[in-house]
Amino acid sequence: MQFGVFTIGDVTEDPTTGRTPTEAERVQSMVAIAKKAEEVGLDVFATGEHHNPPFVAPANPPILLSNIAAQTTNLELSTATTLITTNDPVRLAEDYAYLQHMAGGRVDLMLGRGNTGPVYPWFGKDIRKGIPLAVENYHLLRRLWRETAIDWEGEFRTPLHGYTLAPAPLDDVPPFVWHGSIRSPEIAEQAAFYGDGFFHNHIFWNKEHTQAMVRLYRQRFEHYGHGAADQAIVGLGGQVFMADTEAEAKRIFRPYFDNAPVYGHGPSLESFTRDTPLTVGTPQQVIERTLGFADYVGDYQRQLFLVDHAGLPLDAVLEQIEILGKEVVPVLRREFEARRPEHVPSNPPSHASLVAEGPDSPHRKVISATAGLDQVTEEAAV
Amino acid sequence: MTRRLVVLTAGLSQPSSTRLLADQIAGAVAAEVSGRGEAVDIQTYELREYAVDLATMMATAGMPTARLDQLRRAVSAADGLVVVTPVFAASYTGVFKMFFDALDTDALNGMPVIIAATAGTPRHSLVLDHALRPLLSHLRAVVMPTGVFAATEDFGGGAAGRDLAGRAGRAAAELAAHVVSTGGDAVAGFTPTSTGRDSGVDVPTEVTPFMKLLGGHSG
Repeated sequence: MQFGVFTIGDVTEDPTTGRTPTEAERVQSMVAIAKKAEEVGLDVFATGEHHNPPFVAPANPPILLSNIAAQTTNLELSTATTLITTNDPVRLAEDYAYLQHMAGGRVDLMLGRGNTGPVYPWFGKDIRKGIPLAVENYHLLRRLWRETAIDWEGEFRTPLHGYTLAPAPLDDVPPFVWHGSIRSPEIAEQAAFYGDGFFHNHIFWNKEHTQAMVRLYRQRFEHYGHGAADQAIVGLGGQVFMADTEAEAKRIFRPYFDNAPVYGHGPSLESFTRDTPLTVGTPQQVIERTLGFADYVGDYQRQLFLVDHAGLPLDAVLEQIEILGKEVVPVLRREFEARRPEHVPSNPPSHASLVAEGPDSPHRKVISATAGLDQVTEEAAV
Repeated sequence: MTRRLVVLTAGLSQPSSTRLLADQIAGAVAAEVSGRGEAVDIQTYELREYAVDLATMMATAGMPTARLDQLRRAVSAADGLVVVTPVFAASYTGVFKMFFDALDTDALNGMPVIIAATAGTPRHSLVLDHALRPLLSHLRAVVMPTGVFAATEDFGGGAAGRDLAGRAGRAAAELAAHVVSTGGDAVAGFTPTSTGRDSGVDVPTEVTPFMKLLGGHSG
């Protein structure tokens, strides 16, 4: 199973000191966080994509991820999320294929639609078309990574004739893709159709909702013939702050919680830790809470933690990653594997595992589903 | 078949004249539905008791609480609705609006609704048609032609008190006609099978097959 951190790169005042990091400091902090994650044995670093202050997550994640790739050797580099709605799928195909080459294949990505309204018109798109944009753009993206001399016409982008991606994906194997959505069943359906991964952010919502979304994805994954429902590739978010005692963790984290973007000045720390996966306490408490996630989403493959937001200073963030790597994740790895049935994959597909599947791998097909293919053929014939 | 009537009352004091009016209208609706040979189940909710849940949802970019989800499900599952608010600063109260802000866009599609309000003075009576009616129309509810407004003096005796009961009865008769006619009168296959109402609380178990979403794109 993979464990890692994901960040949205918010530039937020530290409420205990009144100091706001500069954008330059915050950009560099994201590199430091990724390097620390590798140093302490975590598996994944995922960055958000942003186009507006107060965020410095890159507008084009491969820029940051290439830099990190050059300074790490094992870390899997991912996104949380790459905007499939407002980005040109041709540029996504080009930039992420290039990143694969820079990172020696240590790349996957998570697609999302984005929820910042003005970003859509800034890029000439209509937020009300979010789902159709995600569907068409991703289908084109799959073709760009898998075919040459492409002729293509769609609703949202200028047509292509005779387009061939360069460089082609590393070893002709496109990166593995996750689809992230908090509440849109269409996106769970999309992930299931292609046999891609499904990631639930999890941290701003009650667990019953996360459970229902993951269940839907698993059922449809099986429907489309990619394997049994419990073999579908699931990732979850989580949010933690740890100290030697629960009281100490709460004392340190409370001012950050109370002033945090998104949920600050709202619910109490106590009610938010009850209603969402946020865990503020000892490493042992984080271990127990996290193991419990599998009780309601099933055995899963990737757990990402949010540890660097709400103005927490970098040294505190690095300390949290240290605790995760040294005390929490080794136990989680052991315990999650102990409960996992043999037929359920431990890890999401990696570049190496996808290469090993060979040229006839379903992953290399534009439409990898087996259910509903008759319909595709009929429509293609019309 | 028992018809479900949900009553939402946004009074902040206890006892509240808004709750008094809500109960009076609910009773009138029960009588009118019963008079048409159907049973009625009345569930009354004080929105004041959901103020903290609503504030939590607003302050977390939309994370609902379990209690609020239960209320949202109950409202969308109702056959008819009675909504009553006091007038604060020439309009409905904040907590009243927050509840409607917390609803899914399809939560009230086709819902028959009686709108009602209380105030200290009859000079606020147009609040029904300037504030409540557009709000419910926006949410695609079917608002009864008769709204029920009660100023303090309407709770007294004489003509004013009798007129209030008359208005409540007329609104109740309008709502009962809608509530009792729900379902059964459309020929199957010729109209949409349901109201298309959805509380938005639960993840749907039926999804649009991806080939349909994908349209003409092929591999």
